[in-house]
Amino acid sequence: MAARSAQGVLARPTLAGHAQPAEGYARDQHQPHDQPHDQPHGEPQPRPALAPVANALFSARSIWLTRAGRAILQSVDIDIAEGEILTLIGPNGAGKTTLVRVLLGLEKPDRGTVQRKSGLVVGYVPQRFAIDRAIPLTVARFIALGRRVKDEDAKRALADVGADKLADRQLSELSGGELQRVMLARALVGSPGVLVLDEPARGIDYTGEAELYALIGRLRSERGFGVLLVSHDLHIVMAQSDRVICLNRHVCCSGVPQSVAQHPEYARLFGAQVARALALYQHHHDHRHDLAGEPQTPAARASDQA
Amino acid sequence: MAEPFLMRALLAGLGLAIVAAPLGCFVVWRRMAYYGEAVAQAGLIGIAVGLAFSVNLTASVLAVTLAVSLLLVALSRQQLVPFDSLLGLMAHAALAVGVIAASLARGPQLDLMAFLFGDIFAVSAGDLGWIYLGGALALGALIYVWRPLLSLCVHEDLAAAEGTPVERVKLVFVLVLALVVAMAIKIVGVLLTIAFLIMPAAAARPLSETPEQMALFAAIFGSLSVGLGLLLSVSFDIPGGPSIVLVLAFIFVAAIFPAAVRGQH
Repeated sequence: MAARSAQGVLARPTLAGHAQPAEGYARDQHQPHDQPHDQPHGEPQPRPALAPVANALFSARSIWLTRAGRAILQSVDIDIAEGEILTLIGPNGAGKTTLVRVLLGLEKPDRGTVQRKSGLVVGYVPQRFAIDRAIPLTVARFIALGRRVKDEDAKRALADVGADKLADRQLSELSGGELQRVMLARALVGSPGVLVLDEPARGIDYTGEAELYALIGRLRSERGFGVLLVSHDLHIVMAQSDRVICLNRHVCCSGVPQSVAQHPEYARLFGAQVARALALYQHHHDHRHDLAGEPQTPAARASDQA
Repeated sequence: MAEPFLMRALLAGLGLAIVAAPLGCFVVWRRMAYYGEAVAQAGLIGIAVGLAFSVNLTASVLAVTLAVSLLLVALSRQQLVPFDSLLGLMAHAALAVGVIAASLARGPQLDLMAFLFGDIFAVSAGDLGWIYLGGALALGALIYVWRPLLSLCVHEDLAAAEGTPVERVKLVFVLVLALVVAMAIKIVGVLLTIAFLIMPAAAARPLSETPEQMALFAAIFGSLSVGLGLLLSVSFDIPGGPSIVLVLAFIFVAAIFPAAVRGQH
């Protein structure tokens, strides 16, 4: 942790095994998104499909999805490489959760393909997790729910997230932060190849968020799983993200985050410990969206600003 | 006391209480009380069909509850009318159609009360066979889908993402519900069936730490209500089905009251 934060500028992991595939991959992916969308009405047209990445955990190509006459995903390509932390950001209604659901096979896209590495174990933390108090359930039982999990594995997963004291508590009595940890522990059971975390930091402050990110980053370093993290924040992301993708129905931009620790004001604002786990993501969009969310072309933007 | 009709009533009630307990828990957890009510009230159409064509009432009721259960699953996929409205609509339409059809089939001297509130003292040896056969089938199916059904009660997306065959498990559940409802109608009638399902489970909730405990307590409360209800019914010459539900209401209030006082939420 200390060694990593000391490296400064870019909050990228130093573990070669993790960083290399992600890096090579990020270069490939950059190209198409950096080209301006210059189609009329800014409708992204189907591009010639990129070949799925060979070692990808998930590889989705040209995902289109329309619900109730509203385009939610338009020609989205996304890959998650082994061991990579990919942060997905975007405004409300940008289709982040829908994209996650498509990747997990919970929602069928109108067009496009999703390839999933065979035998991939997914640890999923869904966005909304309202506990139904009508079901009496202890934390330990919840962790083992629907699968065969040994007691000691459940206990170890809880210990991993610092929630070992919660094992015998009723799920309905947990606070929001405790529930978040329990959900993460549940996702960790069964040696997942990828964690899919949909807004895990929703409703907690930056200190809590930084703690959560540090924890996820540490576990990733130890176990080498990939992480797909959906974030509610457009600018502050997990420092250890290998890549950030900004989604607004289509992929607006992607890149690497910049540590907030190097900005003295942020460090002062958050405290050094917190600042190390958080990073700034600067958007480099080649277009913008109108109020209805339709992408506008650079030409339209110029006339708009005039 | 041990008159044959009374023994049959007791055996039928106890058998049903034991199946209704775990099923009722799932009805409560999945918030399907109105669903169960719509299916139960549609049972009256089954009774009318059975009377009109002189076929076995249990069979005709079962056919209708299964069909209506599947119809509701299909209708739940549309979103223009909220599902609870749709269920209320279906339940009362079924009641209206059922009452009219039953009157036409049997003439004005028909004892509707027996169908609306059950006639537990009229349970025949054949009915008893149906109840135990169907009950064993329902209980077996419930135990078989217990784990996946419980996971999807807790979080459907999570269960689906982890490979639970969600649609298949839900289908098994609604079919089991239709089966048990068809059997319960004989005992507590189309109007009280859903109460017999959910009241023991609801009363069991404050006392339970695990899902299985809740099912067990529900079975105990259900059995207790059958015993006490029949005793009340015979002692005061009051209807059997409503007596059972009355006892359940008292048990529920007694169970939930301490939790309400403590302010547990």
